[in-house]
Amino acid sequence: MCGIIGLHILDAELEPQLGTLAHAMLVQMSDRGPDSGGIAIYGDVATNGNLKYSCRSNIQDFDWNQLAHMLGAQLVRHGDGVVLIGAPGLQSQIESQGVSIVSTGVAIELFKETGSPTSVLNRFNIKSRVGYQAVGHTRLATESAITTDGSHPFSTHSDLSVVHNGSFSNYFSVKRDLEALGEKFLTDNDTEVAARLLGYEMQHGRDLGDALRVLQKTLDGFYTLLCATENEFAVARDSVSCKPAVIAVHDRYIAMSSEYRALAELPDIDSARVFEPAPNEIHVWTR
Amino acid sequence: MEPTIFDCEQLTVRELNVALRALPEGSSAVVLHPKGRHNMAVGMIKHLDITFEGSVGHYVGGLCDGVNIKVNGFCGWAGGENLMSGTIRVTGNASERVGASAHGGTIIVEGDASTRVGISLKGGTVAVAGDIGDFAMFMAQAGVLLVGGNIGEALGDSLYEAIVYVAGSVKSLGADARYEDMTASDVATVSNLCAVAGFTHINPNNVKRVASAKQLYNFDALKAQKY
Repeated sequence: MCGIIGLHILDAELEPQLGTLAHAMLVQMSDRGPDSGGIAIYGDVATNGNLKYSCRSNIQDFDWNQLAHMLGAQLVRHGDGVVLIGAPGLQSQIESQGVSIVSTGVAIELFKETGSPTSVLNRFNIKSRVGYQAVGHTRLATESAITTDGSHPFSTHSDLSVVHNGSFSNYFSVKRDLEALGEKFLTDNDTEVAARLLGYEMQHGRDLGDALRVLQKTLDGFYTLLCATENEFAVARDSVSCKPAVIAVHDRYIAMSSEYRALAELPDIDSARVFEPAPNEIHVWTR
Repeated sequence: MEPTIFDCEQLTVRELNVALRALPEGSSAVVLHPKGRHNMAVGMIKHLDITFEGSVGHYVGGLCDGVNIKVNGFCGWAGGENLMSGTIRVTGNASERVGASAHGGTIIVEGDASTRVGISLKGGTVAVAGDIGDFAMFMAQAGVLLVGGNIGEALGDSLYEAIVYVAGSVKSLGADARYEDMTASDVATVSNLCAVAGFTHINPNNVKRVASAKQLYNFDALKAQKY
């Protein structure tokens, strides 16, 4: 199963409500994916050339203040969530302290964990978050272990987030090809392959829509994919389209989910154009 | 008689369905705040008028016999699946598999419908005002599909006795589906169906008929020898 949700706000007046709305949407999809939950929040764009590093550590009572001080970075906490804002290129220094980097970018912050999606959302205070875009996932693991690294969204490249409902069948061969091109994988998860393929293509000059077209030709399987970058929000489906997808286009937002239930709580949803995207279609919205 | 009001904010789907089933024959009901819940008004086997004020989830009106359902909004997967008799009308767009396996009754979509419309249709009627997606009427055995707009790929693959009428274009036909000439009785059927559905944008004299070429009905033992 798995459930996916996404909200791309067009009307800045709705930005203070991003967390509340995304929280309500993801809770509705909990029964599709009770194993793990995760969400990428886009907002509070870092300035002065800084990057935001979403971090997590398995070390109990890890001293984040000390790490931030050592890096000359600003520490921001969202419940159990940790975001360090600092200069580019701090990755290896952060990782050398026994810390995993969950995402890096100017706009993205990513929080994911095993456990019920509602508990995950509460742990990271998602309800209170302000921003312009959210991409979330509830997981029912089918092809790799239930771990934090294996939960979605996957953010393999700067500001990219990918969530997936479905499965890929030829991902091990695509993974080998990407490894030969220099991509380093953290998990055996099929969605990580999709995320790295998209990230690799975008690093080589494609936009998200074109990268998704490459993915459709390269990866075999059944899937609905929702992906976002700092300024793009995209939905792609496979040719058979047996995995669910519903899109709502409203003057104030674009929303996407596995089921309409998740969209029902959005403001003025009755005026939105609600439809299911066709097989092989790629929808991209750019801000 | 005034309709009975049910508010989904106060009821689980099971409570709603039990309450609807308990209504006397010929009653009408209005369901508020359906919010995309699944399996609403499934298995009603008497005449009931049910209006959903908002979008519904999967399988609305499935397995019903004699209902008259109106959905004021969007409809999720398989609206009217295995309908026996009655009418289901969706004012918005519909997701996959509208009218799958319906034995009777009429399912009307005023917007567009997604893939697999009328898959395995067994005698029901499906009418869509707008466009529909790929794989429509796959293995449909009996019944009618009318489409006011355009149709996607592989229409009517492995069709049996069911008939498709389409006002717009068809991207591709599935295996063993073919265009046939419209007869006077076909025009009358389309005309009646448009009246029932309330479609005024379709000219019954200007639709195409798609039916089975019946080449897959019998196994052709000699065909294999060609290879």
